[in-house]
Amino acid sequence: MAQTANVIEMIGITKEFGTFRANDDVHLDVKKGEIHALLGENGAGKSTLMNILSGLLEPTSGTIKVNGQEVQISSPDVANKLGIGMVHQHFMLVDKFTVAENIMLGKEKHRFGFIDAKEAEKDVQELSDRYGLKVDPKAEIASITVGMQQRAEILKTLYRGADILIFDEPTGVLTPQEIDELMGIMKALVKEGKSIILITHKLDEIKAVADRCTVIRRGKSIDTVEVATTSQQELADMMVGRSVSFKVDKKPANPQEPVLVIKDLVVKEARGFDAVKKISLEVKAGEVLGIAGVDGNGQSELIQAITGLTKVDSGTITLDGKDITNLKPRHITETGLGHIPEDRQKYGLILPMRLEENISLQTYYQKPYSKNGFLQHDKVKEQAKRLIKEFDVRTQSEESPAAALSGGNQQKAIIAREIDRNPSLLIAAQPTRGLDVGAIEYIHKRLVEQRDNGKGVILMSYELDEVMNVSDRIAVMYDGNIIAIVNANETNEKELGLLMAGVSPEKAHEEVKKETGKESESFVESK
Amino acid sequence: MTTIKLRSLLALGASAFLLAACQGEDAGGGDTPVEDPATGDTSTDTGDTGDTDTDEDTTDEGDDTEAVDFSIAMITDEGGVDDRSFNQSAWEGMQEWAVDNGYSGERGDGINYYQSNDSADFVPNLNAALADGHDIIYGIGFLLLDSVNDVAAQNPDQWFGIVDEISELDNVVSLTFRDHEAAFLAGVAAAHTTETGQVGFIGGIAGPVIDRFETGFTAGVAHVDESIEVDVQYAESFSDAGIGQQIAAGMFTNGADIVYHAAGAVGNGVFTEARNRLESDPDSQLWVIGVDRDQEEEGNWDGGNFTLTSTLKGVGKSIILSADQTMEEGFPGGKNIAYGLEEDGVGLTRGNMSEEAWAAVEEARQSIIDGELEVPEFTYSN
Amino acid sequence: MLKVSRSKLDNLLVPIFSIILGFVFGAILMLFFGYNPITAYEAMIMGVFGSPYFLGEALRQATILTFTGLGFAIAFKAGFFNIGVSGQLLAGWVSAIWVALAFPDLPRLVLVPLSIGAGVLFGAIWAGIAGFLRAYFGTSEVIVTIMLNFTALHTTNYIIRNILAVGNTTERISENASLRVGWLTDLTAGSRLNMGFFIAIVVVILYWIFMTHMTAGFEIRAVGLNPFASTYAGMSAKKNIILSMVISGALAGLGGAIHGMGTFGNLFTQNALPNIGFNGIAVALLGLGNPIGIFFSSILFGVLDVGAGFMPNRAGVPDEMASIVIAAIIFFVGANYLIRLVLNKVSTNKAVQNEGGE
Repeated sequence: MAQTANVIEMIGITKEFGTFRANDDVHLDVKKGEIHALLGENGAGKSTLMNILSGLLEPTSGTIKVNGQEVQISSPDVANKLGIGMVHQHFMLVDKFTVAENIMLGKEKHRFGFIDAKEAEKDVQELSDRYGLKVDPKAEIASITVGMQQRAEILKTLYRGADILIFDEPTGVLTPQEIDELMGIMKALVKEGKSIILITHKLDEIKAVADRCTVIRRGKSIDTVEVATTSQQELADMMVGRSVSFKVDKKPANPQEPVLVIKDLVVKEARGFDAVKKISLEVKAGEVLGIAGVDGNGQSELIQAITGLTKVDSGTITLDGKDITNLKPRHITETGLGHIPEDRQKYGLILPMRLEENISLQTYYQKPYSKNGFLQHDKVKEQAKRLIKEFDVRTQSEESPAAALSGGNQQKAIIAREIDRNPSLLIAAQPTRGLDVGAIEYIHKRLVEQRDNGKGVILMSYELDEVMNVSDRIAVMYDGNIIAIVNANETNEKELGLLMAGVSPEKAHEEVKKETGKESESFVESK
Repeated sequence: MTTIKLRSLLALGASAFLLAACQGEDAGGGDTPVEDPATGDTSTDTGDTGDTDTDEDTTDEGDDTEAVDFSIAMITDEGGVDDRSFNQSAWEGMQEWAVDNGYSGERGDGINYYQSNDSADFVPNLNAALADGHDIIYGIGFLLLDSVNDVAAQNPDQWFGIVDEISELDNVVSLTFRDHEAAFLAGVAAAHTTETGQVGFIGGIAGPVIDRFETGFTAGVAHVDESIEVDVQYAESFSDAGIGQQIAAGMFTNGADIVYHAAGAVGNGVFTEARNRLESDPDSQLWVIGVDRDQEEEGNWDGGNFTLTSTLKGVGKSIILSADQTMEEGFPGGKNIAYGLEEDGVGLTRGNMSEEAWAAVEEARQSIIDGELEVPEFTYSN
Repeated sequence: MLKVSRSKLDNLLVPIFSIILGFVFGAILMLFFGYNPITAYEAMIMGVFGSPYFLGEALRQATILTFTGLGFAIAFKAGFFNIGVSGQLLAGWVSAIWVALAFPDLPRLVLVPLSIGAGVLFGAIWAGIAGFLRAYFGTSEVIVTIMLNFTALHTTNYIIRNILAVGNTTERISENASLRVGWLTDLTAGSRLNMGFFIAIVVVILYWIFMTHMTAGFEIRAVGLNPFASTYAGMSAKKNIILSMVISGALAGLGGAIHGMGTFGNLFTQNALPNIGFNGIAVALLGLGNPIGIFFSSILFGVLDVGAGFMPNRAGVPDEMASIVIAAIIFFVGANYLIRLVLNKVSTNKAVQNEGGE
């Protein structure tokens, strides 16, 4: 890497909200043509810093230099003119518009007062060819994949002439293949002379693409390191401020009787197609069953059927020996089921409600939390206080709205609520999505603890590492079927990847055998 | 910054309330059930008729005659004072009365009205008028009967009037109209004009008053030719022109060539529908009969005028007459003054009727006045 | 306490600020058209507060608005827009009067609760239809309640003309069914203020207890704030849709019964749906769904309603102008979300602080 000038220099940036310092004397410099990772836990102040850079917030103090010139980035417009573009985590796209229309939105090309769609499409095509961003300019946003939408979002910033691109947690919504593609795109962009700031808390991504990495912790910039000479462990420790373990620490499983027995389950999705096609499955007490698969292969529907949220078309589900097929969700919950839903903000919590109310969401109607139809607020509060302490939920008070908590703490509250009821079966769907390593570590520990207490656990996740690390057995779903169930300690990423892509188990196994020895336990690596 | 602004606004609001509260205290203590908070307050002037107080000291200008020491007020029904019909006619009558008696004709000068937006407003409005002090307070329309009765019973020394209904109380004069007589003439006119042998009647809200129109109209038609079909429909509204247009469209489509409406503002839709039809097919022959006041101008279109005639209802006139009578002879309390063709309280315009039709109408009018022809009055069968 | 109390002060400041802004805007309008706003507001406020009669009438109006406001609010809490409060009020009115006329000789202690009960029941049924259709067929409650409004209007008129009365007005209900009491009438110089006012206060308290202290109220709030999470937590969306609509209609029906048995003492054919039902929506929005807030905003609306009548005759402001001013006040009151937004911007600091730097 050539020693080139800094395109961005943020010197001594401090941002105060009232008495709270979101950024405290932060330093960041980005060199031309590099991918610079910004690593930090949720709430560490990464977004604040980037909002300052993109003109959404003004710093309380500190200096920003772009290409050596000191600048005041007072609005997003100014940032735009300086060549700073942001690829948002939540895409800012209009669903009903085509890719080209979205890209030129706000910068329409006119010809005699008419929008020149042809010209715009041509421009978009040129840009996408140049950077290897495969996307059809004429396709409607709603009809393309999330990965393509992201590429449209990237093109949008390029179209506006951005030289410095900020990627805000770009991989959270992507499949492993799409992540690989994105990494390629980022490298291509850098090769073309762009500079990239990558906001993330995923260490493997940093290892894969970033040149340097600035770590931020509690609003302060801790250090800027060369990625090539720093191990993931070191990065993680810097980020969290203590030593963290990646490897889930677990004893061998001690599976008992099955707690959940599914027989010939068929579930139709909203449009009437079979989303789950005659699945039979058992989950034993004392084991974690992982469910792997690419999004949209029936995992969500399977879980919704078990939890009673969707109607079972045929087949039976038995929990703890009781038939729970098509029972009401509450009835199933009471039979002995805990559910950590896929999208904690949408399905897991009522964000505007108080934390204590959210914690009591499964128990408020039972004694002692409720008597003769009246809520016992003191009991509810007691329970909340106890669980907040027990599960280390960090909040100002149990009366704060759930919305005020960070993602990790929100998830902890849900887990507290579900585990405290001591269910025979705990279903965790994507429980660590978007969380930082500290929180992930904690949640994994809790899941395994549940298992060790002789309960059954289902872990559904799109993250292979997670499934492999936490599960004892892994069921791979493809096209509404479970095409294989493998033991977690006998498989590897390659095999699972092939299975997830629909390759038959025999063939997948063979493929893997050929390469045996090459598989790596990717985590504890250092140079 | 915002906080400071907010505080000063709050202070402003608080002081306003304080001010109001202080002034409110002055107004206490009267003998009547309803006190007039405006007593002693210079900011208002509503033609007060207190014993010592006359209107001479008010700033009347441009009038030679001295204004009489007599004032009247009206409470509108939900239609409001500018309904182009009933309430408006009453108010115009009051204005005419005011000018005739030396007032300016402006609101608040010897005459006043109180608008009701809701049926719950009737009683408070009557009491507000009472507090402001008027010699006679008229409730315009049958909807106000109960309210007028209630307030009149509580205030036996105050004079009231009720239009289109009959009150039994001694301090209320009832002003009613033999609408059926005018409607009968409209029926005669329609029967002599129709070419399709089919006519329509659109009522507002069914009830004694509007049913009277219906009864009169159908009797008038039958008086001329029993075979003529009368299509009767009610809009269940006095204000929804859309419904009027819809019903009229149905009637015209089914072959009626004349539609008589007794439905207030609903009738505007009837005129609209007829105009649309005539404009798209200028050769067709359609007529609308108006109600309460001469609606000739509503019937103008490129090819002439399609208002056949209008039945007239002298609401304003009845108010003038009753007020004058009170000033001259005393209040006709407890009486029901029914205005018919004979008293010129109701009538029918010449409009665009043929000679033949007009002659028939004139003949029928005379027979009714002479008592040779009795128009059936609406009664409830149950 | 029903809302996310980011700041309880905000919840108080916002409505007060809206009201003041409304009055200021009204004043500007009047100045623009050459009328004296001080005289006008003075006429309005003095008109109401200067006389026990008109204060009584304002409170009577506030009584009914409290019920329609609470009725709208509870459905709104559950995430539904019950635009049919007016029709449900009418349903309650007609059924209460019907019962009162049918059994005029029953003792007062029996007849009053019986008539009110009928009003509550039919109001609840009327809204329940919309709730049921929404729960089981996904039909928009907005459209259904609008249509049920008209059904209620025309059914009421039909019942009056063909069953309850000869003509457009029913007889007066007997003394035994009246909610008026002598001492209240005397106290307010003959106004129609009645026992309904105290029923309103009791219902406000019951509503508050229901929403904050009962599991059923908790469920309604939860479903309204996040139907997905509530379903995931085992609450039945269907049950809560229907329950909230039924309670909503019951409250509106109660308002109708009290309107009939207290304000009018009879029933007459309606030209249009009662405004008081629609004003309940504004009352609920101003009260931010909080029952005590709704009670006070009802009183404000009652005062505005009755007070507006004084502006033309005591301040020379034409009726149209008075209506515009009142509408402007209601507009600002309804637009208090806007004001909330402004206040929120000021307090962004706090919000960001809570959420950390993210």
